[in-house]
Amino acid sequence: MTQSPLGEAPSSHVPDSAVPRLPRGVRFRRDEARGGWVLLAPERILQPDPVAVEILTRIDGAATLGAIVDSLSVAFNADRARIDADVRAFLGGLVEKGFVEFGP
Amino acid sequence: MTIHTPVPPVETIPAEATGPAVRAVSPAPIGMLAELTHRCPLRCPYCSNPVDLERRSAELDTATWVRVLHEASALGVLQVHLSGGEPTARRDIAEIVRACAETGLYSNLITAGIGVTRERLEGLADAGLDHVQLSFQGADAATTDRVAGLPRAHERKLELAAWVRALGLPLTVNVVVHRANIVQVPLFLELALDLGAKRIEIAHAQYYGWALRNRSALMPTREQVGVAIATVEAARERLRNRIVIDAVLPDYYARYPKPCMQGWGRQSLNVTPSGRVLPCHAAETIPGLQFWNVRDRSVADIWRDSPAFNAYRGTDWMQEPCRSCARRERDWGGCRCQALAIAGDAAATDPACHLSPLHARMGALADADAGTDGAAYDYRRYATEPAEPLS
Repeated sequence: MTQSPLGEAPSSHVPDSAVPRLPRGVRFRRDEARGGWVLLAPERILQPDPVAVEILTRIDGAATLGAIVDSLSVAFNADRARIDADVRAFLGGLVEKGFVEFGP
Repeated sequence: MTIHTPVPPVETIPAEATGPAVRAVSPAPIGMLAELTHRCPLRCPYCSNPVDLERRSAELDTATWVRVLHEASALGVLQVHLSGGEPTARRDIAEIVRACAETGLYSNLITAGIGVTRERLEGLADAGLDHVQLSFQGADAATTDRVAGLPRAHERKLELAAWVRALGLPLTVNVVVHRANIVQVPLFLELALDLGAKRIEIAHAQYYGWALRNRSALMPTREQVGVAIATVEAARERLRNRIVIDAVLPDYYARYPKPCMQGWGRQSLNVTPSGRVLPCHAAETIPGLQFWNVRDRSVADIWRDSPAFNAYRGTDWMQEPCRSCARRERDWGGCRCQALAIAGDAAATDPACHLSPLHARMGALADADAGTDGAAYDYRRYATEPAEPLS
């Protein structure tokens, strides 16, 4: 894929009903020693910023993409379309790296 | 076993300028290489284990490993690389994996794939194993079996890879590149894709221990290295959505040194089968360093106060040209063990750096070794064959 996450990323075509989940081999957990959260993957440690944490904590293997965007829009009292674009761009980047996958 | 990137790169999640982003994790131990045993059915001539291999009778017991894992987790370690030797040669490997899971450590099994039954692998998956990294010595059976020094090795690795995928575990294929297999880089990529690996690590041999001993039989030419690097870079773009490619570059022909371990005692630690804690797997080649043992002290105490860890921590120990170099906190002076091996001084600038006065000599050593055709391998082995069985 050569598009930027902002543009024609795959997640812009993902239906609201799709469920994002972390595949086996990817874990999201607290990092007590340093504070904050980390996303752990094969030979990778990612440290999400607070906004990314808000998205990742809502990925529970059951919540749909639409429900996650709804929840964030309410929590941050923000424009849904803007949140939707941000979440899709963010997850698109993680999908490309194999750190998130979408299921039905 | 082969470990060339025991320290995972701390990455930023790609995000647009205004979107969610990530920052670098602060310097602290995030990774631990647990060398559970030096026993291994393979005899690879570039093994990263020391030339003086440790015996089974010297190995830590299960309870000590479990304590070490809990202490490491409390200290801040996030990922543990269960390695060896062949880590599955330990009968308690499932208990060790379970201890990782219980304390929240991400567990990565670094295996040669020999002697692991499907039931054994299922046990590890059930215990909470996160990831499997499987080595291939060649892209075909003839090469793998010859380099590993073991008949039918390739065939058994293919079988293990299939089991890993059938169990839903993520698979990395690990390849150490040298003269005998450097032309196979495109084939290794195909092999990894065929096996369903989501990641491949293509590591040019790093010359310490056994590899240093076998350097004249392993060193590829500059031209071969150039082709291999270009092949990997092209594949990285072409296969971007299909497989993650991590490369460890050959530093004998490099201009800048590798930032070895991302800095000595900065992000990771290595525990040997008998419990000595090292800043890197080759650190014991440096004379005069005092290593502490988990049998005597906690992991936290060792990380903070061990003389070996403090010897080359930060930048205060550096000499010129490192001391005043703008890249000193990027390269960290390169590799201490290589400085010792080539310059005879572990505090010298890594001769892989073009600013080292020995840089040209290092390149000449590589050219000379690459020109010696057909040197036989001195295969990895115990000084005298052990009386004890492999497992």
